[in-house]
Amino acid sequence: MSMFEATQNNRKNLGRQKIFRYLLGGMTAMLILPVILIMATLIYKGAPVMSLDFLFTNPTNGMTEGGIFPALLGTILLVIVALLASVPLGVAAAIYLSEYAPDNWFTRAINLAIINLAGVPSIVHALFGLGAFVLFFRFGTSILAASLTLAIMTLPVVIVATRESLQAVPMAFREACWNMGATRWQTIRRIVLPNAVTGILTGVILEVSRTAGETAPIMFTGAVFFLPFLPQGVFDQTMALSLHLFVVSTQVPEMPEAVPYGVALVLICLVLLMNSVSIALRMYLRGKKKW
Amino acid sequence: MVRESNSGVVSRAPVKIGVDNLSIYYGSETALEGVSFDIREHEIFGIIGPANAGKTSFLKAINRMDMFNSNMRVEGNISFSGHDIRKVRNVYGLRRRIGVVFPLPVGLPLSVYDNVALAPRLTGLKDKAELNVIVERCLTRAALWDEVKDRLNSLGSMLSGGQQQRLTIARALSQEPELLMLDEFSIAVDPVTTMRIEDVLKELKSEMTIILVTNLVQQARRLADRTAFFLEGKCLDVCITEDLFTGEVSDQRTRDYVEGRFG
Repeated sequence: MSMFEATQNNRKNLGRQKIFRYLLGGMTAMLILPVILIMATLIYKGAPVMSLDFLFTNPTNGMTEGGIFPALLGTILLVIVALLASVPLGVAAAIYLSEYAPDNWFTRAINLAIINLAGVPSIVHALFGLGAFVLFFRFGTSILAASLTLAIMTLPVVIVATRESLQAVPMAFREACWNMGATRWQTIRRIVLPNAVTGILTGVILEVSRTAGETAPIMFTGAVFFLPFLPQGVFDQTMALSLHLFVVSTQVPEMPEAVPYGVALVLICLVLLMNSVSIALRMYLRGKKKW
Repeated sequence: MVRESNSGVVSRAPVKIGVDNLSIYYGSETALEGVSFDIREHEIFGIIGPANAGKTSFLKAINRMDMFNSNMRVEGNISFSGHDIRKVRNVYGLRRRIGVVFPLPVGLPLSVYDNVALAPRLTGLKDKAELNVIVERCLTRAALWDEVKDRLNSLGSMLSGGQQQRLTIARALSQEPELLMLDEFSIAVDPVTTMRIEDVLKELKSEMTIILVTNLVQQARRLADRTAFFLEGKCLDVCITEDLFTGEVSDQRTRDYVEGRFG
């Protein structure tokens, strides 16, 4: 037998290696397939209604004609206000949990609570938002109440992503700073945060997608089926793309088939657009990554 | 017992670090037990000993790093220029007077310039011209200036291992420390660079006190005025370094360690 001739064991391993390679590759392909099908269907069926008028005019004739501008604007407003509330709060909480909190039962309980918060169904968040923001704080059904509900719902995403990225910064960096006489905050501000920014942005990307798409939490707290005017401030109600999609798909008789597809396409494109901004920012920052 | 030299500056210089019955615990583990000795100004004080002897814990206690580790407990007394470090109200001020160099070079993810300018900036210094002077002086004294002067804006963490270690020394010097503590600094550094750093240390001795933790007995011999031998959390010997090699040490285990007969 020559030196490099495969033994039976070699052949078995090589065979297995091939099987698993194609199996795992196939699984990945199956994941991409639905995404491609969804996008293709939406573009194919939604394209007929796509126009600048569709994006920038009010709906007319019982929403079967005209555009979706109030809903588009409403979703953008909801996402922005929700981010303004949840990002500072979530990042601050994550910094405390990662950099300051002592490792004791109380901290562990808080961490557990955050994980559980992520598991609460969105309809429960909706009812909480109704009770807390609409009724107790008397914000009424408004953009503010709806955004705060969305913010609470997505807080765990921000906290967990931020905490993970803070903890990915090597401990040796902190110790070097502390040894120089830096306070904890100086260390966080100058070394830890700048190196965790890309990870934090990943959390924000995830949050944007989820915030823009959610329907249940805003139904009772600020989003309405139809408004003849645009919201003037955060205490007004608003239309939103996600709810609008639900309405035009199920609630309006004699709806032209292309409209729901058009709404869905706009919603997806909006999320992709918002994501691509933060992805671009992330790539720029990662280019400057320091270790 | 501590034995002082009959001649030389070491014994007459004032005490920089006074250690009195120092014990260090991590939870229920004892890292260091009942250590007492004085480190004098402008001496290079070597600490040798195998792993787990408590050498690094000793350095951490001097710098009050126990504040960042709830598991670490320090008993006994350490004085810094006569002040009890447990009673120092501004521990940040204490740490600024102490430069630390770690076994593995920690180039912070900043530019070479910013690495060295960090400590002065932490104290609030913003003046660009002053910072420039400090950065050049510290890099020069750490024998690194010539190699990096054309790329001060490139990343400190991208330098070679030996350069990074000299960068951390420059960073420590930027604090203008009264005490420089080096923890096995040559572990990841080539012999040529090690020699260059050792030359730097000999020069720095005139300006500051140096504690040199090393696992190279010969390095202690080349540099240290006096040397302590730590073993399993106890300090077995403190003596004039040369005495270690002439056999004038009280403890048989010290003699065995120095002569490489340890097992």
